[in-house]
Amino acid sequence: MYVKRERSPSLPPPRSEAGVVGWLRANLFSSWPNALMTLAGLALLLYSLPPFLKWAVIDANWLGDSREGCLPPLGDAAGACWVFIKVRLGLLMYGFYPEAERWRIDLAGILLAAAGGQLVAGSLLRAATGRGRRLTGLFPLAGVLLSLALFGILPGLVACAYLAAPDILARARPGRLLLGLAHRPQLHLAARLGLAAGAGAALALGFGAAGQGLAVALSLLAASLIFIALGAYGQSAASVRFSLLLGVYPVICYALLLGGGLDLPLVDTDNWGGLFLTLVIAGVGIATSLPVGILLALGRRSRMPVIKALSVSFIEFIRGVPLISVLFMASVMLPLTLPAGMHVNKLLRALVGVSLFYSAYMAEVVRGGLQAIPRGQYEAAEALGLRYWRVMRLVILPQALRLVIPGITNTFLGLLKDTTLVAVINLMDILGILKSALADTRWLGFTKEAYVFAGVVFWVICFGLSRYSMLLEKRLKPGRN
Amino acid sequence: MRFKTALFVALALCLAAAQAIGGTLDDVKKKGFVSAGVSGKVPGFSVPDDKGFWLGLDVDFCRAVAAAVFDDPNKVKFVPVTTKERFTALQTGEIDILSRNTTWTLQRDAEQGLEFVGTLFYDGQGFMVNKKLGVKSAKDLNGASICIQIGTTTEMNVSDYFAANGMKYKPVVFESADEAAVIYDSGRCDVYTTDASGLAARRTTLSKPEDNVILPEIISKEPLGPAVRQSDGQWVDIVRWTLFVLLNAEELGVTSKNVDQMLKSENPDVKRLLGTEGTYGEMLGLTKDWAYRIIKHVGNYGELFEKNVGPNTALKLERGLNAQWNKGGIMYAPPVR
Repeated sequence: MYVKRERSPSLPPPRSEAGVVGWLRANLFSSWPNALMTLAGLALLLYSLPPFLKWAVIDANWLGDSREGCLPPLGDAAGACWVFIKVRLGLLMYGFYPEAERWRIDLAGILLAAAGGQLVAGSLLRAATGRGRRLTGLFPLAGVLLSLALFGILPGLVACAYLAAPDILARARPGRLLLGLAHRPQLHLAARLGLAAGAGAALALGFGAAGQGLAVALSLLAASLIFIALGAYGQSAASVRFSLLLGVYPVICYALLLGGGLDLPLVDTDNWGGLFLTLVIAGVGIATSLPVGILLALGRRSRMPVIKALSVSFIEFIRGVPLISVLFMASVMLPLTLPAGMHVNKLLRALVGVSLFYSAYMAEVVRGGLQAIPRGQYEAAEALGLRYWRVMRLVILPQALRLVIPGITNTFLGLLKDTTLVAVINLMDILGILKSALADTRWLGFTKEAYVFAGVVFWVICFGLSRYSMLLEKRLKPGRN
Repeated sequence: MRFKTALFVALALCLAAAQAIGGTLDDVKKKGFVSAGVSGKVPGFSVPDDKGFWLGLDVDFCRAVAAAVFDDPNKVKFVPVTTKERFTALQTGEIDILSRNTTWTLQRDAEQGLEFVGTLFYDGQGFMVNKKLGVKSAKDLNGASICIQIGTTTEMNVSDYFAANGMKYKPVVFESADEAAVIYDSGRCDVYTTDASGLAARRTTLSKPEDNVILPEIISKEPLGPAVRQSDGQWVDIVRWTLFVLLNAEELGVTSKNVDQMLKSENPDVKRLLGTEGTYGEMLGLTKDWAYRIIKHVGNYGELFEKNVGPNTALKLERGLNAQWNKGGIMYAPPVR
């Protein structure tokens, strides 16, 4: 009698379930409605994509540097005229920033890419082994080498100092070295603030005597460095890097981009423009609206009536008016209320307007997260004897912010795109430069190219931001409670 | 410490504010440049080129003022201003000249605390139609659909003109001039209307420029001119006479090319203009050779017109009303004497 003792090997799946055909059946043609929608989608793509590609790529004109390159004898009038964008690329990226000084923007960009890139990579690779962490070290290395190669010794040294500072500060524990505070390695917040402000003010007076326009910036730089250094004890390099990015990087940028001393000629903000200006507005807006928004959200849930009333009325007032009217107020009404001859910088007015506006929106997003945290969490934290700020910082906010990452990203993307509204107060952001380019008599009529280019630039930036937030969400697993 | 710093900053700001209230000419000399409010988006009048260098008639006028004050036409800071904020910017001293093809009207002259120094360009609103409609005059436009840019005086002028002639029209309004022109090109409306200086430029961008005609009627008066603050008489005079120098130089045949030979001219008008006789520049608070500087660096009005909007540019405008008074136009400048 034959008894089969082993399982016969399983048969391969039927051909209709495997490979490309199987994937198609499972995903695109699983049911009648699905099949219909697939076909409709394909038809739409076939209808719209080939003409667009023909216009934007196949028939497009890339060569030459004048309008003639796009007209019949030399080019093809049926295709896009990317020459128009090409000859204006410098203007579109940097605005009216003098060409000889544009390396300053590049340096600021490289610093941001190196420091920010390391943080981003670190936040995504935190689970990774030591090798992953060492890999993130490539960012500052590349940043320093690039600055050295492109801009020379001095900028390279600045980049080196800035990018290496987090690791040095985290290892060297300067708080202990400076003050011998072996027993209280982390100074109290107020003491740190006082020491830093004192040093900053002393420096300001010193520089001020020498008549340097850059005095304030340098003193601020020193003050924030001291503040961060005193608190660096026991912190990881990543968190020092984060504080440097928030506290020191803006001051470096301010000094570098505006100039007015140290062999850097002054470049007035009237000359700022293009994608650079868009990113400055978006960056400042994002960096201020999140912290201010968190404070406003906490204020709105506070038990202190004055703080609560102030927060609620601020949020509701700002949310009740459109951004465009905030910008108008800042550009048309505000100058009339100031004493004669006194001007607040136009860019500064726009920055304050955008930041305040988005703080109000951010506050409501964060409040949504705060409400989602069960009451038990607050009570448990208080039962441990934590005071209000510690409860918030250690228990509530980490959970609440993790929950609202999609909302925060949403607000950031909205902010980024709303920067184009500064066109109504005639700041030359990338869209403003494109519009003025359209009025050049030698290049009239290339409207399509201009708006397609602006659309692609914004899409690339927004898509990058939204992918990052999705990865971050996966890493932090907000579903886990 | 912080309080002291804050006090220091506040004090410095007050001082700066107090210093700023003085004659505009002194201010301008102290800061080292003229700040000029321009549009930045009007073909032929003010627009930056590929390298960010400003071009146009409005822009070159500001360069003329800088040349008169500093002997250097590039000591101008161009500040793009919108139609809404332009008067505020001038009143608050953010800009010293508003040269942003602004129409000189009674209301603006009387209410806004500003002074128009003259007319740099006589414009007027016109119509463009497709040839196949067979329209020869704006009087034939009864019932036509018209592409208009919203929120400008253009809209009001059209409605006035059609009401005055007892005709009807269908407005198709757009936020931007670009959009309106594209839609007109696609045939959704019969007529495209804007200022005559803009019509010619727009026509060159249409898919078939030769199929479109600009009708002879000009339905509005749009004298476009630079404006300054009313409160400072000296500055008003400087800017006004800069304009008159440009016009007088053309009338007397002084150009940027021959101005050096003209210094030896025996014509008393030329001598007074170029400062080889009299002290006319000093009466304005400038130097004797102020007009020489303007013509040498920037040119005369005719040269500016040719360079920025004339027949050899994309705008292809004829002199028309903007010709000198003795050449069939209405450009007439008071004499330097």
